[in-house]
Amino acid sequence: MFPSAFEYYAPKTLDEVYGLLAQYGDEAKILAGGQSLLPMMKLRLAAPSVLIDIGSLGHLSSATETAEGLSMGALMRHKTIETSHWPHYPLLRETAPWIADPLVRNRGTIGGSLAHADPAADWGAALLALGASVQIESRDRIRHMALEEFFVDLYTTALEPQEVLTRIVIPVPATAATFARYLKLERKVGDFAVVGVAITVSLAIDGTVAQAGIGMAAMSGVPFAAHQTESLLVGRQLTPALIKEVSESASQEGDPESDRRGSAEYKRSMARVFVERGLSQILQQWESTQSA
Amino acid sequence: MAIEATETRPLGKAIKRKEDPRLVRGQGRYLDDIVLPGMLYMALARSPYAHARIKEIRLDQAYQVPGVKAILTGADLEKMNLSWMPTLAGDRQMVLATGKVLFQYQEVAAVVAESRAAAEDAVQLIEIDYEPLAPVVDPYAALKADAPLLREDRDQKDNHIFHWEVGDRKATDDALASSPVVVKEFIRMPRVHPAPVEPCGCIADYQKATGKLTWYVTSQAPHAHRTVLALVSGLPEHMIHVISPDIGGGFGNKVPVYPGYVCSVVMSLQLGRPVKWVETRTENIATTNFARDYHMTAEIGATQEGIVTALKVATIADHGAFDAAADPSKFPAGLFSIVTGSYDFPVAFAEVDGVYTNKAPGGVAYRCSFRVTEASYLIERVMNTLALKLNLDPAEIRRRNFIRPEQFPYQSPLGWTYDSGNYDATLNEALKLVDYEQLRKQQAERRAGGELVGIGISTFTEIVGAGPSNTFDILGIKMFDSCEIRIHPTGKAIARLGTRHQGQGHETTFAQVIADELGMTAADVLIEEGDTDTAPYGLGTYASRSTPTAGGAAALAARRIRQKAIQIAAHLLEVSPDDVEWNGEKFAAKGLESRAVGMSEVALAAYTNLPEGMEPGLEATYYYDPPNLTFPNGAYVAMVAIDRGTGEVKVERFVAVDDCGTVINPMVVDGQVHGGLTEGFGIAFMQEIAYDEDGNNLAPNFMEYLVPTAVEAPHWETGRTVTPSPHHPIGAKGVGESPNVGSPAAFVNAVVDALSPYGVTNVEIPLFPWKVWNVLKELGLTQ
Ligand SMILES: Cc1cc2nc3c(=O)[nH]c(=O)nc-3n(C[C@H](O)[C@H](O)[C@H](O)COP(=O)(O)OP(=O)(O)OC[C@H]3O[C@@H](n4cnc5c(N)ncnc54)[C@H](O)[C@@H]3O)c2cc1C
Repeated sequence: MFPSAFEYYAPKTLDEVYGLLAQYGDEAKILAGGQSLLPMMKLRLAAPSVLIDIGSLGHLSSATETAEGLSMGALMRHKTIETSHWPHYPLLRETAPWIADPLVRNRGTIGGSLAHADPAADWGAALLALGASVQIESRDRIRHMALEEFFVDLYTTALEPQEVLTRIVIPVPATAATFARYLKLERKVGDFAVVGVAITVSLAIDGTVAQAGIGMAAMSGVPFAAHQTESLLVGRQLTPALIKEVSESASQEGDPESDRRGSAEYKRSMARVFVERGLSQILQQWESTQSA
Repeated sequence: MAIEATETRPLGKAIKRKEDPRLVRGQGRYLDDIVLPGMLYMALARSPYAHARIKEIRLDQAYQVPGVKAILTGADLEKMNLSWMPTLAGDRQMVLATGKVLFQYQEVAAVVAESRAAAEDAVQLIEIDYEPLAPVVDPYAALKADAPLLREDRDQKDNHIFHWEVGDRKATDDALASSPVVVKEFIRMPRVHPAPVEPCGCIADYQKATGKLTWYVTSQAPHAHRTVLALVSGLPEHMIHVISPDIGGGFGNKVPVYPGYVCSVVMSLQLGRPVKWVETRTENIATTNFARDYHMTAEIGATQEGIVTALKVATIADHGAFDAAADPSKFPAGLFSIVTGSYDFPVAFAEVDGVYTNKAPGGVAYRCSFRVTEASYLIERVMNTLALKLNLDPAEIRRRNFIRPEQFPYQSPLGWTYDSGNYDATLNEALKLVDYEQLRKQQAERRAGGELVGIGISTFTEIVGAGPSNTFDILGIKMFDSCEIRIHPTGKAIARLGTRHQGQGHETTFAQVIADELGMTAADVLIEEGDTDTAPYGLGTYASRSTPTAGGAAALAARRIRQKAIQIAAHLLEVSPDDVEWNGEKFAAKGLESRAVGMSEVALAAYTNLPEGMEPGLEATYYYDPPNLTFPNGAYVAMVAIDRGTGEVKVERFVAVDDCGTVINPMVVDGQVHGGLTEGFGIAFMQEIAYDEDGNNLAPNFMEYLVPTAVEAPHWETGRTVTPSPHHPIGAKGVGESPNVGSPAAFVNAVVDALSPYGVTNVEIPLFPWKVWNVLKELGLTQ
């Protein structure tokens, strides 16, 4: 549990970050909350000789909400998101408390979570459900891409060595009647998901689904969105029968692995159960707002 | 409500733990807090293979790391005749591997450097060539005739370690053959780890100038470790000073001697500087003593009315690469013969076969006095099967077979003399607390609504307090324990004991015992343990033995003090000693109640105003050899509901009624019970040290080896019955381990109860949600 020796830099500006990245190339690693990188270094699974701590880049620690959507700085801590209130984006607050434990949430960042690209990470599933995109900056350019393209493979993203993930942008939902649930099966508190399912549904006045997002953790080599299932929902009235149909569909998407947390069959079944439970809770919640 | 330590007559009161303010404020002094001048740090190179021949070890690169002082290999130790060391179980264990490695993470070389980081860096640069050999992971495979031979060092050329049996095989077979009802169950208790939050470690500090070795070590048994170290190292025992500082949990894991300990001592002797070695989490979980790994088959014979007629048990015990169990010498399978439990079996027979595999060595008694958890789990599970077979309520099958109060002292068919118990009363108390009838009604209603709800009962008997010298020794040393009390002139006292607490609350409870005997307050008695230069010899703290042994010594040493004190009191009261009476708080002149003196007056007089010719001072030492073990017992009831969608089991109720005899401090007992139940919960639902077929440890850290937290732990409801031990000086029995021993069966019996309408009689722990779901799936019960 002792990392190899490394040099540590805490630059104050993105320009300095670019300079260090250019200077040290592959030797260097960006350090955000350290909650994935440091454990790997302590186990000596990673041994960067230079750490570039981006924690001082204050402008990446806050969010701005506009009519178009919510733009979150990559350095926002899980805990900050857990305690923020963005009524249009209930899934954020539903998801955050499920990540790890308070100690990890106090330090871990949303950008670090995405850049680490753990297929079982909770933010991956939630932000895919929200149709988020990312902003990536380097000395030469700023680019934007859909989160789905950002996740390339197991622990692999579209980030180039000289690039920094700076912002996460979530488009404003289709209607104000947006409901969300995050369901996660974990073996104990602080555990990564055996299966995690993020659901966000925006309903039209008549109760039909205007927009739906379903993201899944630990159901594939990358966090992924269950688009087929989403499309089954859109334009239809949320009913128990529909919920049954889409949960069956959800269990067929993804490609989970059999491992010590359960068989592929089990995980598929959990995806089905969670989609069904999550949507049923949303339906109930909606019905109660209607009768009120 | 907790009260302060300044009360007189403190025995039985919920006095706040004296050690807590220090420990909860982070002001404890644990091994790794200790920094000595000139201290060096040691790290170990470990094998990545479970079974491999070592071809070559090259150290030149590692020596290049700045700050490296020395590197030790098995070849170096061989020259000192130290490459192997004895285990407490009479086997031997490699200190640093020579020839072959026998388990993944086995110790191969030790680096000592100026900093821990340098030592770790150098470890990575040690080049070791291995020739992998076929690993043997499964104990049954290890016993096959064509299995690869693991221990080439032994004369015996197979992987069988020992056969141990007890009871009457023939009578048991006959009784089974003629019993109208026989149930049989295969029950596995998987390999788990005590996983104390503080890992093991030590600092060896050899001073060349004085020739004395001070050895700071995370030890549950500092005196025994001093003797073992003297025997292994050849250092004279009086030149070894063992200090066991605050300990962050032991649970049996800190009883054995580990290779890292020996290496740091060797290095300090060679370098003449203090050498610290502290395990990482992975080193602790993957190499130091595990527990269980018992594969058990039990048959119970019974009449149609459910009266048991015979018990037969056969067990395979997987010990890993070395039999590093820490059992008393005559008991290779510990006290597993408590397996007849709380029931009056006319005959019984149990046998255990120990097996070597390419896994970490052990197995230690994890919060149980030597294989008692295994035994208790087995009998409580199979009694449940018998109840199912006869369609009897699990409470009723127990009532019909309990050893009755009038049978005590009770001779068990496997050789124990149970001291006391009132099993019916304890069970009734638990059923009352949980409102059993109501619970069964609720269950029926919820079942009708499609829910999977179960109620499980465990009525276990523990066997603790090892032990009487006629039966118990470790490496020949009898298992007594001791207490020395000194009363200072101002009436304050220090007491030192041969035990070493690790969370049990001795600083409070032993102060209560002594204070109660001497008319003092617990605040006035300082308890010190763990320093072999000051404390009297004792065998340490494990197996719930401290209260039965050292606790007895504490009471008896205090009574010795009282004997002298009464003489001094007579002198002060100016009456004859025969006319002095101890009224529980003071010495009073008979018939003149107002004329009385307390311990503080007597103490002062012991140093200032003695009767003519009396030796000054007020001290006593007692070495207590208990006449028998004590047999705590309990009745636990669990209620669970299974989620048909996910397979998760929710424990909705858990009532634990313990009978540990006289209660010294009810709050401490509750604390011990809560902790042990939480461990039992972990064992039942989330813990296993599993290996893949190559012998790779699959749970070598807390991400995979799951330790329950307050979030997962159910709400515990505790209760008590009090049946004092007739032979213990204050009637106390020991309780630390009961909840770990008794609870796993209650949880599993509840899960089986939920599924029994569908023909299920057994489920294998740990009950991960996916495992339960697989069972549901097979039964067509999934959502
Ligand atoms: C005990 C424990 C339990 C956990 N449980 C969960 C859980 O249940 N669910 C869950 O989702 N996560 C869990 N995590 C992971 C946690 O959420 C981490 O915070 C997160 O994965 C990484 O974020 P970080 O800010 O700590 O990143 P770091 O560890 O600092 O970095 C992670 C990686 O991302 C790179 N990186 C970070 N920021 C940027 C950036 N802005 N641009 C480019 N590259 C960047 C780093 O170079 C590194 O490779 C757990 C972690 C621990 C220690």
